[in-house]
Amino acid sequence: MVRKRKRRAASDSAVTTAVVMVLYITDSGPNSVRAVANLQAICKEHLKDNFRLEIIDVLQYPLRALADGIVVTPSLAKLSPLPVATVVGNLSDKNGVLRALGILG
Amino acid sequence: MSIVSGESYLVCSVSNIKQGVGAIPYQKSCLSMCASALIMSIERADDPGEDRTPPPGKRHAVTATKTLKAPRPLPKIATGIEGFDQLSHGGLPRNRISLLMGGPGSGKTVFALQSIVEAARQRGEPGIFVAFEERPDQIVANAAGFNWGLPALIKTKLYFMDANLSPDVVQSGEFDLRGLLAMLKAKKDEIGARWIVFDGIDVLLTLLQNPRSEMREIYRIRDWLTDNDVDAAIITAKIDGRGPESSTYGFLQFMVDCVIGFDSRVDWGVPLHRIRIAKYRGSAFARGEYPVSFGPGGMAIAAPEPSEIQQVASGERVSAGFERLDTMLGGGLFRGSSTLITGVPGTSKTTLSGKFVEAACRRGERTLFVSFDESADRIVRNLTSVGIHLKPYLKSGVLLMYSGRTESVGAEDHLVKLKALIAAHRPRCMVIDPLSAIAKAGSLAAARSVANRFIYAAKDQRITVVVTAINEGDAPEIEATDLQISTIADTWIHLSYLIRGGERNRALTIIKSRGTHHSNQVRELILSDAGPMLADVYTAGGEVLMGTLRWEKEDEERAKRVHRRSEFDQKRVSLELAKADTRARIKLLEGDLERQRVELAAYFSEDHARIVSSSDREKSLRRIRSADRTGLAASGTNASRKKRAASNGSGKVRNGP
Repeated sequence: MVRKRKRRAASDSAVTTAVVMVLYITDSGPNSVRAVANLQAICKEHLKDNFRLEIIDVLQYPLRALADGIVVTPSLAKLSPLPVATVVGNLSDKNGVLRALGILG
Repeated sequence: MSIVSGESYLVCSVSNIKQGVGAIPYQKSCLSMCASALIMSIERADDPGEDRTPPPGKRHAVTATKTLKAPRPLPKIATGIEGFDQLSHGGLPRNRISLLMGGPGSGKTVFALQSIVEAARQRGEPGIFVAFEERPDQIVANAAGFNWGLPALIKTKLYFMDANLSPDVVQSGEFDLRGLLAMLKAKKDEIGARWIVFDGIDVLLTLLQNPRSEMREIYRIRDWLTDNDVDAAIITAKIDGRGPESSTYGFLQFMVDCVIGFDSRVDWGVPLHRIRIAKYRGSAFARGEYPVSFGPGGMAIAAPEPSEIQQVASGERVSAGFERLDTMLGGGLFRGSSTLITGVPGTSKTTLSGKFVEAACRRGERTLFVSFDESADRIVRNLTSVGIHLKPYLKSGVLLMYSGRTESVGAEDHLVKLKALIAAHRPRCMVIDPLSAIAKAGSLAAARSVANRFIYAAKDQRITVVVTAINEGDAPEIEATDLQISTIADTWIHLSYLIRGGERNRALTIIKSRGTHHSNQVRELILSDAGPMLADVYTAGGEVLMGTLRWEKEDEERAKRVHRRSEFDQKRVSLELAKADTRARIKLLEGDLERQRVELAAYFSEDHARIVSSSDREKSLRRIRSADRTGLAASGTNASRKKRAASNGSGKVRNGP
């Protein structure tokens, strides 16, 4: 049931700018499932292991999401490196996500 | 199964219609007949082969009336917004969704916010306000002008959720509201919220960029609200019904149980807010479009007066200002009545109302004098010149004067102000001079409605009201005022100028005065240092004489009177002289009479004395001569008397003096 997952970069010795992200989803909602899959693909392709991702199920931790200022799901918050950026939606627009994460110019 | 569902559906829809047209008994009975007929036909169609109990018609009729007779009243929840709960016959539908729609700045947010504020203040029911459009701090700042004590409520009863998507947010693909609703549920359970407002849902729906998604999310909200047992849910959306609308909004209106439309337009330079209940499932409601005004207490809706007027008619009379006018009105104005004074400028409408105010203050009654476009101070000064002194009453607080500007102030705003003044001063008598000024800015229709509502409100509170109105032209018979208040005013005094003989004179006519005899005489109104007064009536050739003509007539009458008086005096004097003369003569004669009487008496007494003395002498003589006995003296005397009488020659016997 608990879908709070943490992934740590396996080897973050060389790269100093690890991308720290939080993905807010709602259990098995179609958009959420799609968002997780899309993000996993993006991370695999562009970030290798150089990222930290926290996935929060809003159904489980609604007050946490409320405190974080989340409005809709799925929402992806990039906390580091600065600037902070937010992407909403199922992350199907890959270029948009990459731009928000600071990977793409 | 199909019967049951079919029947309940039918009954439900019929009862909806029934409540809507409840005022028309014919239609109502028609509908219930239709309903029972339909139910019967459904049942028949469903079990055609089955054996029926002997009188089938009877049984069905009973079923139908039974179901129709007990329509469950739709549970409602009061909003506490002045006027709205009357319009909607009780408030918003309980446990259902209400949609507020209207253009920007039409009052949707204020309505929604005021509803949850009132619920929190009056019943202590917590609420959540989800702000999609404005940031919560902006909303709170905007509402600071209202005396709701919002900051204090936010700490205890109300929760504002910031649901604005920052402009920096990147959108990538579809999203949904599952997370938002989960957060809301958590918050709702935390604070025990009974009310939920989704403010500006259109902003969010636009981001979905897909009608299908929009519809899906609306359904999601609906289901969430149904599952989560809130007392009332309000959704506001910017739909003004003018531009091209997406089908989503039509769907939204269909989905909710109550749709309230807000409209804001600028009418002759004056903003005009209106509200209309477009739909209310299962309930009767007022179907018109009603003016909305914003005061310190928030939004207020001018709900229509109840169709039945329940005002107590008073037989008590109050002075209209001065005695002669009261006499013309059959004893004065009725307490709680409304009086309209019409006239072109300069016909002393203000003076007459000032006199009414002064009379009310003298009786010690709290009085409110509202004037437009002229300062209270100037009015007091001007009235002093005609002997009406209001200053002492202003000082003592019995009288409150208020002067309003009419430039670009809408009639509705005037009404808000008037109501606030009445609530603050609680007057028994009131003057508005001139009421027609409220029509200066804004449309005439709005001003008419306000004038009517004001007079009704005053009557409800038993305030004796005198309003003045300027009429252009001078034909009161047609329609005296643009405001059309002459029909609802109880008494109508018309002031006019009569130009004749090279001068202009003020004339006063009582056109109507309900429930009382009143004079039909056209009277001349004169303003003097001692106040306004009505001149004596002189008619000549069927016309009332005024001004110089009246003065001449008065002069003539006066001369005649003097002449008559002197004639009379002359006659009186001569008659009195004659009387005195006669009296003198009587006196003289009476003197004579008295003298003669005295003389006569003297004569008799002389005679007696003589007789007595002669008889005494005879007696003494006899005694001296001893001719008779003393006892025979009497007979001797008689004999001597007889003898003397004979010698007298008169032949009469005299007895005594």
